[in-house]
Amino acid sequence: MRKFDVVIIGGGPAGMAAAIGAREQGASVAILERDVRLGGILNQCIHNGFGLHYFGEELTGPEYAERFRKKVLSDEGITVYLEAMVLSLTEDRVLTAVSPTQGLIEISAGSIVLAMGCRERSAGAIGLVGTRPAGIYTAGMAQRLSNVNGFLVGKEVVILGSGDIGLIMARRMTSEGAKVKLVMELMPFSSGLKRNIVQCLNDYDIPLRYSTTVTRVTGKERLTGVYVAPVDEKLQPILEKEEYIPCDTLLLSVGLIPENDLIAGSNIEMSRVTSGAVVDEYRQTTVPGIFSAGNVLHVHDLVDNVSEEAFIAGRSAAQFVAGNLPEKACVSVTVGRGVRYALPQRIHLGEGNVRLYFRVDQVYRSMTVTVRSGNDLLKKKKTMVLAPGEMQYVEIDKCLVSGDLCVALEE
Amino acid sequence: METTCIMCPMGCALTIEEKNGVVSVTGNTCPRGEKYGVGEYTDPKRMVTTLLKVRGGGVLSVKTSEPIRKALVSLALQEAASVCIGRSVKAGDIVLQNVANSGADFIATADLTYTEKV
Repeated sequence: MRKFDVVIIGGGPAGMAAAIGAREQGASVAILERDVRLGGILNQCIHNGFGLHYFGEELTGPEYAERFRKKVLSDEGITVYLEAMVLSLTEDRVLTAVSPTQGLIEISAGSIVLAMGCRERSAGAIGLVGTRPAGIYTAGMAQRLSNVNGFLVGKEVVILGSGDIGLIMARRMTSEGAKVKLVMELMPFSSGLKRNIVQCLNDYDIPLRYSTTVTRVTGKERLTGVYVAPVDEKLQPILEKEEYIPCDTLLLSVGLIPENDLIAGSNIEMSRVTSGAVVDEYRQTTVPGIFSAGNVLHVHDLVDNVSEEAFIAGRSAAQFVAGNLPEKACVSVTVGRGVRYALPQRIHLGEGNVRLYFRVDQVYRSMTVTVRSGNDLLKKKKTMVLAPGEMQYVEIDKCLVSGDLCVALEE
Repeated sequence: METTCIMCPMGCALTIEEKNGVVSVTGNTCPRGEKYGVGEYTDPKRMVTTLLKVRGGGVLSVKTSEPIRKALVSLALQEAASVCIGRSVKAGDIVLQNVANSGADFIATADLTYTEKV
């Protein structure tokens, strides 16, 4: 059985940054990646806009991935297993994986970083009503078929969900000659970035309807059309206003789920809000020596934040092996009015600053973000606008913390 | 002209008008919004990212070397669709010069190892 200080599951943006973070502490590192190359989802995101925060310039997905890939592959202290699917891991940190070239792989790890990313919610997950013809894809699947494999999945397209991948695919398919007839969003606001609404939809005169959903799909061999209807305040479709739109393709951009199947049933405490692990500021889960970062921890909107978070996880995982991480975290980070979740959910008392990342539950204007510890106000930050689609953070000085924290919005 | 400012998450609804050769922006809440609005009205530009076909199958991702005039985007896409790559390239290589007469080139954003399929 091979042994490494830090073993990272997943070789996307999170896994690569974690590897670099762990190497800077001198640890021996292995990355287990199930695809044929490192880079994860970035390889299929050929549009630009990545790296503005991390590198200070706008890169395309493949370019952003390549910067990390070069660093990882040129480091002899990092062993990369490709086409290696991790099947199980134990609490004493033994991993079992399989690969077509190496067969069964068993690895013993000093610490583990979970960096498996997320997957898309599918037609089944949203209970799509109607037949099951060809032509219904998740937006990311259509993106992969287009940008990696070179197949255009359809010619007359309707998109459900206004997440960023859906918006990007509206432009991509238009660029390739398809007609995108409509993008609809169940909520009264988009979870996508403003820039994408302007540059992917408005630039191409693609209509976006809010508070609208697909009520059923038709077609036997191939999709022939979708029925759409506006929804009421309880998000229930108003069937009297149902309308039929002929199309051969329906793309779903209806949310992402952290891919945590590997740790299902383990003793790692999970958050019901993020569907990821509960972690402290080192991104350590409640099982010592197991860390988590990137979209498997909580779904991010910017890869720059993934890289930053995973770097912390990788560095901490190496420090754990060296015996340099403090004991169990003792302060809880909770949320109050307007905040869906804050992460990390626990922190240690001590010195230094810590960033609390959070997401709001709807669009707010002119609010103040507060961090309170009991009656003490530790931090307040005025904001012009807060949207669920844009992750925010507040930084606090740990010296000021005496008890449990609460992140909330106030007038 | 009406558009949405993309400089920050506020997403201000901008109205841009021209009177006697002077372009004015309303609806913005900061100077960045005004600059964006004037740019969108007078000379809107976009980066173009797309795919070029590879002879024998597959695709190569490319981007323009700089943002090009928005009016030239569809022509740039047409030119991209008419090209077929039959050589190995490295990310950063120019694969198509002076796209749509914009002055910008299409550059590869990924490596391509081309092998002639028999």
